Amino acid sequence: MREMIERAKELLSSGEVTQVLGWKAGDLSYNPEPAFFEKAEELDNLVYNGFCGANLSKYMIAASKMEGKTLVFLKPCDTYSFNQLIKEHRVDREKAYIVGIGCKGKLDIEKIKKMGIKGIESIQGAEAEDPCETLKIQTIYGEKTCSYKDAMLERCHVCKGKEHQIYDELLGESKDTKDADRFAEVEKIEAMSPEEKFAFFQKELSKCIRCNACRNVCPACSCRKCVFDSNKFDSSQKANTDSFEEKMFHIIRAFHVAGRCTDCGECSRVCPQGIPLHLFNRKFIKDIDMLYGEFQAGEDAESKGPLTSFTFDDAEPGSV
Amino acid sequence: MYKIAKEKLSELFALIAEKRELYLPVNVNGQANFAAWSEDAETALDTLKTVKSPKDAFFPQSENLYTCVRDGKKIKVEPEALKEQDFVVFGMKACDVRGVEVLDKVFLADPVDSFYAARREHGTIVALACSEPEETCFCKAFGIDAAEPAGDVSVWFVGETLFWKANTDKGEALTEAVKSLLEEAGGEDAECVEKEKASIRAIVDKLPYSDLSLEGWNGDALKEKFDSPLWEELYKPCLACGTCTFVCPTCQCYDIKDYDTGHGVQRYRCWDSCMYSDFTMMAHGNNRTSQMQRFRQRFMHKLVYFPANNEGMYSCVGCGRCVEKCPSALNIVKVIKSFQKQGGNRE
Amino acid sequence: MSIEAKEEFRPKIVAFCCNWCSYAGADLAGSSRLTYPADVKIIRVPCSCRVNPMFILRAFEKGADGVIMCGCHPGDCHYSTGNYYARRRMTLLFSMLDYLGVEKGRTRVEWVSAAEGVKFSQTMNEFVEKIYSLGKNVRLEDLRCGK
Repeated sequence: MREMIERAKELLSSGEVTQVLGWKAGDLSYNPEPAFFEKAEELDNLVYNGFCGANLSKYMIAASKMEGKTLVFLKPCDTYSFNQLIKEHRVDREKAYIVGIGCKGKLDIEKIKKMGIKGIESIQGAEAEDPCETLKIQTIYGEKTCSYKDAMLERCHVCKGKEHQIYDELLGESKDTKDADRFAEVEKIEAMSPEEKFAFFQKELSKCIRCNACRNVCPACSCRKCVFDSNKFDSSQKANTDSFEEKMFHIIRAFHVAGRCTDCGECSRVCPQGIPLHLFNRKFIKDIDMLYGEFQAGEDAESKGPLTSFTFDDAEPGSV
Repeated sequence: MYKIAKEKLSELFALIAEKRELYLPVNVNGQANFAAWSEDAETALDTLKTVKSPKDAFFPQSENLYTCVRDGKKIKVEPEALKEQDFVVFGMKACDVRGVEVLDKVFLADPVDSFYAARREHGTIVALACSEPEETCFCKAFGIDAAEPAGDVSVWFVGETLFWKANTDKGEALTEAVKSLLEEAGGEDAECVEKEKASIRAIVDKLPYSDLSLEGWNGDALKEKFDSPLWEELYKPCLACGTCTFVCPTCQCYDIKDYDTGHGVQRYRCWDSCMYSDFTMMAHGNNRTSQMQRFRQRFMHKLVYFPANNEGMYSCVGCGRCVEKCPSALNIVKVIKSFQKQGGNRE
Repeated sequence: MSIEAKEEFRPKIVAFCCNWCSYAGADLAGSSRLTYPADVKIIRVPCSCRVNPMFILRAFEKGADGVIMCGCHPGDCHYSTGNYYARRRMTLLFSMLDYLGVEKGRTRVEWVSAAEGVKFSQTMNEFVEKIYSLGKNVRLEDLRCGK
């Protein structure tokens, strides 16, 4: 973290960059917020720890319209999103100075709370550089501990690896935290009967409150105006009047990002109702891999996506 | 005051549900929300904060207002029936109860919202004291006592016993209806409850947000706050989702929409969020064109406009749901603190 | 399935047909006096590629019990490649619907050329039969439209 602040200060004062996009310390021990820093002295508030899960690539869409260059700190998995955004001409590579930073797995505060740990005053062991195996959590109700691994975000258990896909320079070390099969959950659902599948998704989606957080946080959801925001559309984006509406929204959203979704896991991270939204995206990714060859969105900024290309002997609809 | 053993709660719920609808925190796929009680529902009374506030019980996220049906060459308009069934909301917290008081100011003021009024008339609130407040709570800043929740009936969990105290006529009526299960509580029990209250208050005082000050936030601060350059900085991480407004117990803005059913039209209303780009959209366009303006609206409404119109009553109750759920970790506390720190003006 | 049961349930079926091949194929079926059930409502689209996943979901929402999309045979697209893209899209969408527990038989894609009136009528007969056996669509319907 020191290193990051020093480097950002250097680049900012040399005029190489106009602003820095990172995370600002929050008022609780686990709520740092994405922030733009314009002055060197403000950078003392920059933090980087286990709770900096937010994918800053999304904010680069706005930053690309700002004046001057933006220094942005990207974790290995965030760089996939950035590449994908370059491919879609939604960010300007020339206006970004990418510092790839190390990541050793990010934490999910919801998971910690679900373990029954409440009244959190401080959390020790969540440092980004040197995370402890066990988090020491000081609460109003006494000291609690939990293993770092158990508190990790779902996406970190299926980590895409520690390589940055795009960067100007690298800082810090990463660790591959993968310990689960990415498609295991999808396969489990595929093996269910239609009735079970339907019941499973109906139950999950009935929790949806139509807050649109999944859409707004998604780097692939970068349309200037979403079709669900149109007032000519008679299903409202904000009403959960009928269970059909949630299905429609989530199917269409997943479809729209199919072949472009890098599986960054932000949608599942931000869902206030804990809906496993990644299950939609991963189903598409799995199908694409199987039918049209292995494809990882955001691995590069040039190749054609699976839904904008074809071969003469593709599988027929309904055959899978 | 009465009491009932914790293990007899399901009997109590069954008894209440005989003649009334009963809503209480229920776990569905790991998330607790207020929902209708049933024998096999997984109740979650120990949840401090349901994801959504219980305001749904009085002001549902979506509700029909009327339906137009084509009938030959005529159109038949069928207004939606008002709530006539008595219902009980069990386990609301002190902050949630204040949230309903805020909604009352809006919907029961002239012109009265008949849908809301009918629900308020038929609804009985059983409010539960917060035995384990959390770090995101700041109800104290709004003068709410988590240990002594208002509501028609107040209840406290102490160990394996639930203590029950009716506060209003509606509360008395409910007590009467379930009396067969309640035991009269003695002087010792009253002491027990007092002890619990003291312990809750002691915890509340230790919470990180306990010293949050609302100084400077009132109806008179309108111009100074509105014009502050701080907003331009604060809004930046905002993703413009509606999480904060949809989990909030006091957000009361709604939109009215028509749905074409193919054989008629349903006019319904649904919660709206000031974070959305089509909020207050009019024929000429939108009067808040940037996210900064929309972001500012939310906090100005809660801390300035609302108190200006309602004798100083804030329309935030410090439940802390937005603190927990914002995807970008923004919240009203950070806004209040930033203004305090910088005096609202940056040199 | 008995005839009486069929009378109780009349399925609603939406067929998206491309202007250049399948719609002409339907025309040919008609002018050749080949029959297919009147439960099929054809919506003409300029190309199968015009069919947005939302069209399909919307059809189900408003009460369709089955949706079929017809286009030119791969390689014969009036716009050269439209149906190749459509093929990938529909493959993924149908797989997703299956994943969500919507019965697989409710969706279908068939390539029908302008000369294949017989195939058109056969396909529609088969598809309607299939939907009869599946019954009413309840998993992707908007309840407000059902009354």
